[in-house]
Amino acid sequence: MENLEQLVQDGLAAVDKADSLQSLDQIRVEYLGKKGVITQQAKTLGKLSAEERPAAGQKINEAKGQVEQAINARRTDLERAAIEAKLASESIDVTLPGRGQDLGGLHPVTRTLQRIEQFFSRAGYTVEQGPEIEDDYHNFEALNIPGHHPARAMHDTFYFNPGTLLRTHTSPVQIRTMEAGKPPFRMICPGRVYRCDSDMTHTPMFHQVEGLLVERDVSFADLKSTVEEFLRVFFERDLEVRFRPSYFPFTEPSAEVDIEWGREADGSIKWLEVMGCGMVHPKVFEHCGIDAEEYRGFAFGLGVERLAMLRYGVNDLRMFFENDLRFLRQFR
Amino acid sequence: MKFSEQWLREWVNPAIGTQELMDQITMAGLEVDGFEPVAGQFSGVVVGEVQSVTLHPDADKLRVCQVSDGTQTVQVVCGAPNVRDGLKVPFAVVGAVLPGDFKIKKAKLRGQPSEGMLCSESELGLSESHDGLMELPADAPVGQDVADYLKLNDVTIDVDLTPNRSDCLSIKGIAREVGVLNSLVVEGPEIHPVEAVHSEVPDIRIEATAGCPRYLGRILRNVNLRSQSPLWMQEKLRRSGIRSIDAAVDVTNYVMLELGQPMHAFDRTEIQGGIVVRMAKPGEKLVLLDGQEVELTEQTLIIADHEKPVAIAGVMGGEHSGVSAQTGDLILESAYFDPITLAGKARGYGLHTDASHRFERGVDYKLAREAMERATQLLLEIVGGEPGEIVEVVSKDDLPKDHSVDLRATRLYDVLGLDIDRTTVEEILTRLGLHIDKLLKDGWRVSVPSFRPDIAIEEDLIEEVGRIYGYNNLPVTEPVGSLGLRQEDEATRPISAIQSFFVDNGYQEAITYSFVDPKVQQLIDPEREGIALANPISADLSVMRTSLWSGLLKTAAYNQNRQQPRIRLFETGLRFEQVGERIDQQQMLAGVVVGSQYPENWANGRRTADFFDVKGDLESLFRLLGIDIQFVGSQHPALHPGQTAELLRDGEHVGWLGTLHPQVQKNLELNGTILVFELFLDSIVTGYVPNFKEISKFPEVRRDLAMIIGSDVAFADVERVAKKHAGEQLTALRAFDVYEGESLGEGNRSLALSLFWQHPERTLNEDEVHSLFNGVIDALKEELGATLRS
Repeated sequence: MENLEQLVQDGLAAVDKADSLQSLDQIRVEYLGKKGVITQQAKTLGKLSAEERPAAGQKINEAKGQVEQAINARRTDLERAAIEAKLASESIDVTLPGRGQDLGGLHPVTRTLQRIEQFFSRAGYTVEQGPEIEDDYHNFEALNIPGHHPARAMHDTFYFNPGTLLRTHTSPVQIRTMEAGKPPFRMICPGRVYRCDSDMTHTPMFHQVEGLLVERDVSFADLKSTVEEFLRVFFERDLEVRFRPSYFPFTEPSAEVDIEWGREADGSIKWLEVMGCGMVHPKVFEHCGIDAEEYRGFAFGLGVERLAMLRYGVNDLRMFFENDLRFLRQFR
Repeated sequence: MKFSEQWLREWVNPAIGTQELMDQITMAGLEVDGFEPVAGQFSGVVVGEVQSVTLHPDADKLRVCQVSDGTQTVQVVCGAPNVRDGLKVPFAVVGAVLPGDFKIKKAKLRGQPSEGMLCSESELGLSESHDGLMELPADAPVGQDVADYLKLNDVTIDVDLTPNRSDCLSIKGIAREVGVLNSLVVEGPEIHPVEAVHSEVPDIRIEATAGCPRYLGRILRNVNLRSQSPLWMQEKLRRSGIRSIDAAVDVTNYVMLELGQPMHAFDRTEIQGGIVVRMAKPGEKLVLLDGQEVELTEQTLIIADHEKPVAIAGVMGGEHSGVSAQTGDLILESAYFDPITLAGKARGYGLHTDASHRFERGVDYKLAREAMERATQLLLEIVGGEPGEIVEVVSKDDLPKDHSVDLRATRLYDVLGLDIDRTTVEEILTRLGLHIDKLLKDGWRVSVPSFRPDIAIEEDLIEEVGRIYGYNNLPVTEPVGSLGLRQEDEATRPISAIQSFFVDNGYQEAITYSFVDPKVQQLIDPEREGIALANPISADLSVMRTSLWSGLLKTAAYNQNRQQPRIRLFETGLRFEQVGERIDQQQMLAGVVVGSQYPENWANGRRTADFFDVKGDLESLFRLLGIDIQFVGSQHPALHPGQTAELLRDGEHVGWLGTLHPQVQKNLELNGTILVFELFLDSIVTGYVPNFKEISKFPEVRRDLAMIIGSDVAFADVERVAKKHAGEQLTALRAFDVYEGESLGEGNRSLALSLFWQHPERTLNEDEVHSLFNGVIDALKEELGATLRS
């Protein structure tokens, strides 16, 4: 039995030296396999008396257990080391940029339009579209701007021929929508508009959103709340808004809307004009076959580029249509 | 409209400062655009009198003057050409500070001591004029502070009037508004009829009565136009943005600014026979006061004498009949011209005058006589002369009609949302000069004065009440809607979804002009002519685009020129096409791709984007939209003949995808392989609403095959033939390899396919699949000449 002790010592020493899972397995076979040197010790039991046998058997089992335990422990160690070695070999530079497609972006005008549309969609307005090459009637006459009207001078119009032009505002879409339907109406008309003017602060094409609400019972007071709420939501600020009497042929009363935009040197509010609005002129209703005694409406209009410039701090209107990628990418 | 604050305050003087006054009128709808002090900041400048002038001993252009400042006489060296004995001038004494913080000190000029400086208008910040010293009237009190003497504590206020408010194109009109806003009485100068001292009258005939319903003329004999208009008048004109010309012109301008009536003065000796107001005849010409000769059109209302045109009515007088220093007798004109007749006429001649600006917007049709009397009165004071009787020719039927407008209290409440008491309404209307004719059961009958041509309907009166009450004092309420929720069509995707798709796939949205360069248009779409603008802003923005490619390709070139090699752009918008009488305006979706398929970095970016990259993007888009699109090899004049696909939906054309033709690319100065696509948005936005199908519980079977087939056989045909013979249970067919090489022989390519079958209700057996697979192989062999690769 001293031999057994020796075998265990040898086995443990071998396990300790094993440097791979394979050599460890060889050791297991060598000592604990069917023909393993410790397993073979069981054969010696036959030579022992019945009284001695259980104790001797237990010793062999203990010896096996001891070696087996060592093997398992060693295996765990070797496995862990193997995983660690694998992981170490697999390490990457996580700071390198990722692969694949880049993200594009919306044009800042579209981005602004979408915010405006979202606001009014939530308030139940539909989004209406119409032609950009318009006839004189829908762009002017129906909006109470007859041929001799001085307001025509305010619109520098692009013409194709005397009766056909590029729309100077999106209001004709309101006319077309009213002609085609029946009140009540709640709509906004976003889109491209054109004026024959090009300098530092004018581009021959720009975008407008015009809104219209027609109901049996609506007043200037309702218009005020709609415009104020829109501007506060758009600029995400509780800014001061004021309504200044103005003139548009298609609304009466008419107002221009100023917002608080910083302070003057003397501390007074610096006002910035951002929108026009008013109550729909009865002549406009008349042109659309709507009884102005039964229905009233309010309308408003705004320049999208102007709002985008204020919102994003763009300082040159012309950049919107140069489409320089270094400009566009700033809005994605 | 520019005016002097002081002048306004002569009419109405509220106890508020300049800023408050400007805020007040802005908020009443007369928007103040800006204001400017009427002079620079200075101190220590008094009225000085030049007592003697001697030549400077050592300088040709300098004079040595003795100047009195009222308490003492000092020596001043002066270089102005108009310095002379007895002249009264602004005198900056030693210690004075002129605009620009320029301090006046004792000095020596070329050896001569000089104590102070004689000033020009520009040195005091009064004008840009450098024409020598400012000459003060002979009765100017020597020693008085010039700022006090000239009442320079004043500002010029510039009001940007809306076209409806012609009544405010005068001091009188603005004073009326200020009076209403401050509940103050407005008082102007007293105007009395001037008695005639002779019986000579002008002969006046109106032929065009619709254009000129009222014309007044008066002869003023023996005036002296060699004398200048008085300083106070020159100053008021200057502070209102009008330069002093001569006494006659200054007076007519003064009356126009004061009352709002444009007037004109003719040299009587240049008027042959009499005055005729008529439309111009073809070929008639006139040299205007500004020196330009114009050929008059038949739509132009003119003032003529018995021989020739002498003025464009309400716009500008002729040079020949204008007054000069030699003029002895004047014919003064004060008339009412119809705004519609005059609309756009001045513009037609490239003109815009103070008179045309007013007449086009509507002058008070009852003002002409009052203005005539006022002008006569002023002229008599300044240039003397002998007035005659006024001749007034009127066509009553052509004058605007006096009218009244009813205002209902209920309507006022409904439109403004404001509960306002009747007394307040009445007070506002009355102060505005609107007369309440009659109290109605539910409101007022209001007669509209001749100076408010803009008031025609009830809403106009409502605006007046709201405006004076103050828009910002009106209540704020939420609109109550009667509209129900609207129907949304699930199968139709909003454009925003398509925009998001392209953004997510690396495309940057562009917005390009709808009008393009006809040369580019011709390159891109030679078969269609762009609709041309009659008045383009420039030649390169002169035709409407028939394709969004023109703008996108120019944008690509613009960015390539700015070191942006990788470009992926898309745009949505209309394209325009003349189809017979009709103009077709279609929503398009277009894109351009050039450069590497992926952003360049350590991992990718070496591969240039090609046809199939962009096709892949479009196929993804079509899956998003739920639509089935066929790509068919085709030809397009702007595209590479071997790399062009026409896109069809159920056989209908919906767009193009291709590589830009190398020649077009060269002409547009673009580099690299340029891929473009364009689709009709309306044809692709509507797909389907999903409809659930049971998922098969049975296994899917896959079979692969590789074949050699002619390069001219389209994959679409292979797919069609294979599907026809693969049976109902074919669930998918994919090409997993395409190869062309010498080993295959000229004109051949290798194509490898995977086919997938699955039955919804049972497991397919080996024999079934085998027979279907062989059927496909046989068909490909027979119909398309394919040979199986071993």
